[in-house]
Amino acid sequence: MRITQGCFSFLPDLTDEQISAQVEYCLSKGWAIGIEYTDDPHPRNTYWEMWGNPMFDLKDAKGVMLELADCRKAHGDSYIRFNAFDSTRGFETVTMSFIVNRPKVEPRIRMVRQEVDGRSQRYSFETVR
Amino acid sequence: MADGNTKREITDKKERYRAGVLKYAQMGYWDGDYEPKPTDLLALFRITPQDGVDPIEAAAAVAGESSTATWTVVWTDRLTACDQYRAKAYRVEPVPGRPGEYFCYVAYDLILFEEGSIANLTASIIGNVFSFKPIKAARLEDMRLPVAYVKTFKGPPTGLVVERERLDKFGRPLLGATTKPKLGLSGKNYGRVVYEGLKGGLDFMKDDENINSQPFMHWRDRFLYVMEAVNKASAETGEVKGSYLNVTAGTMEEMYRRADFAKSLGSVIIMIDLVIGYTAIQSMAEWARQNDMILHLHRAGHGTYTRQKNHGVSFRVIAKWMRLAGVDHIHAGTAVGKLEGDPLTVQGYYNICREIYNPIDLPRGLYFEQDWADIKKVMPVASGGIHAGQMHQLIDLFGDDVVLQFGGGTIGHPMGIQAGATANRVALEAMILARNEGRDIRNEGPEILRAAAKWCKPLEAALDTWGDITFNYTSTDTSDFVPQVSASM
Repeated sequence: MRITQGCFSFLPDLTDEQISAQVEYCLSKGWAIGIEYTDDPHPRNTYWEMWGNPMFDLKDAKGVMLELADCRKAHGDSYIRFNAFDSTRGFETVTMSFIVNRPKVEPRIRMVRQEVDGRSQRYSFETVR
Repeated sequence: MADGNTKREITDKKERYRAGVLKYAQMGYWDGDYEPKPTDLLALFRITPQDGVDPIEAAAAVAGESSTATWTVVWTDRLTACDQYRAKAYRVEPVPGRPGEYFCYVAYDLILFEEGSIANLTASIIGNVFSFKPIKAARLEDMRLPVAYVKTFKGPPTGLVVERERLDKFGRPLLGATTKPKLGLSGKNYGRVVYEGLKGGLDFMKDDENINSQPFMHWRDRFLYVMEAVNKASAETGEVKGSYLNVTAGTMEEMYRRADFAKSLGSVIIMIDLVIGYTAIQSMAEWARQNDMILHLHRAGHGTYTRQKNHGVSFRVIAKWMRLAGVDHIHAGTAVGKLEGDPLTVQGYYNICREIYNPIDLPRGLYFEQDWADIKKVMPVASGGIHAGQMHQLIDLFGDDVVLQFGGGTIGHPMGIQAGATANRVALEAMILARNEGRDIRNEGPEILRAAAKWCKPLEAALDTWGDITFNYTSTDTSDFVPQVSASM
């Protein structure tokens, strides 16, 4: 199943050229790019593993793309995403996030229902391979 | 009458407080030399004085009736620091191109207002004065709320930054749709529409303003089926999803009951209607803050007093009050859809919701600068008669921090609800990608959409069905400082 987190998951997977253009956009806004990877796309899995710190003070997308290539070498069968961090007062958060690599076979997320009071259900999710 | 000048405050105390009737200006409610203090609340009214009523006297009357005055002199004023309690009209000018209408600026001392109470603020500012006989019509156009006053409010319970973090959605507008038909669906049928929309690619579905708990669908049934749909769609996509559960009800007790149930089912968001009233809104904001809940406000009823230029309260003022009162979402117009609003005026509302500081911006109807003192930001919602074919216009007008709601444009899709949702999501992502690549979406938007439609059948069908639909009517509530912009570009 195709996980549709991130802001371009409904488009065909981005080429490296397209990814690079988005990085240029982020850098032009003064945002720092962080690379993160995981094998658990649970909707509440906020903290993917960091491939190093966000890259502050970068001027050129090439540096990010080199890091991506290294990350893919190490974790090519995982999800990899780019997060852009905006330090502007009033934001100070992730301001863009998109997937740049997917595992060959994506896991499924299974919904588990637990009967509670009356007709209410307690829902939880499990990543299933 | 002192020196016979009816436009000046009478300074001789004996004359001033002799029993009888004086002009409001003579009582001290007009001071053309007044320099507003940084801690004053400022209000801009558009007034239409009755024939023969001097605009300055009318402005003084507005200041008087919205602060301490009554129709006659009262000696008990002398027991108080009445000079400071009097609001002061300090500027009056004709409205450009609108004969008989005047802009009148009034300053209020901070002491006149209870901290943290929109009810108290509005009881003063719009309490009596709009029915006052010497003016034919009055409209509250804008307010400047001093930082000292802003800081007495807690503002949005979540705010748009934290909302995005909770939803884990960044870098693009959020997508929603209102479940339709708004009345008549059973709980089970209703949940079906929610599931289809969310699975197809929307982030949110939404109850409409008048869906509460009618004979065809009890509110608990709706909540249970909707949450089944939300969670199932979440599992199918890996995304956090939500559906605004409308908890509007006849009493606060019942609203709390419904909100508690929504929370127990794991909903990320609840909804209220503007018609529940300012105090109820502040109470629900308090509840939402204590329960980690995003609070969506539908502006039901606002058109009765915001739309006509000459009388009522501008929506930009309502938006300011709601940011203070504390809502996370507010419907703020589409500019291109089926509901009232010219593009610049609507952008003004968005700026009020989202900026940390609003400079004076006359074309967008912002007459005062406003420092929001870091109070959280409200996520504006564009809803009503918009479709995928307008994606470039919507993003160009409103940027990323907005919820775009395509109700009919999702559910009315010829290939079904999921396809409708997918069409909207693909149109959105394709447009954001293109904009970020540096393309001029305002002009190239239709090409970008058509290119995406080549590989996305649902988008192609959406464009074929609605591509040419526009709502090209002249807006009623337009800026007074720019040439008119047509409603549909």
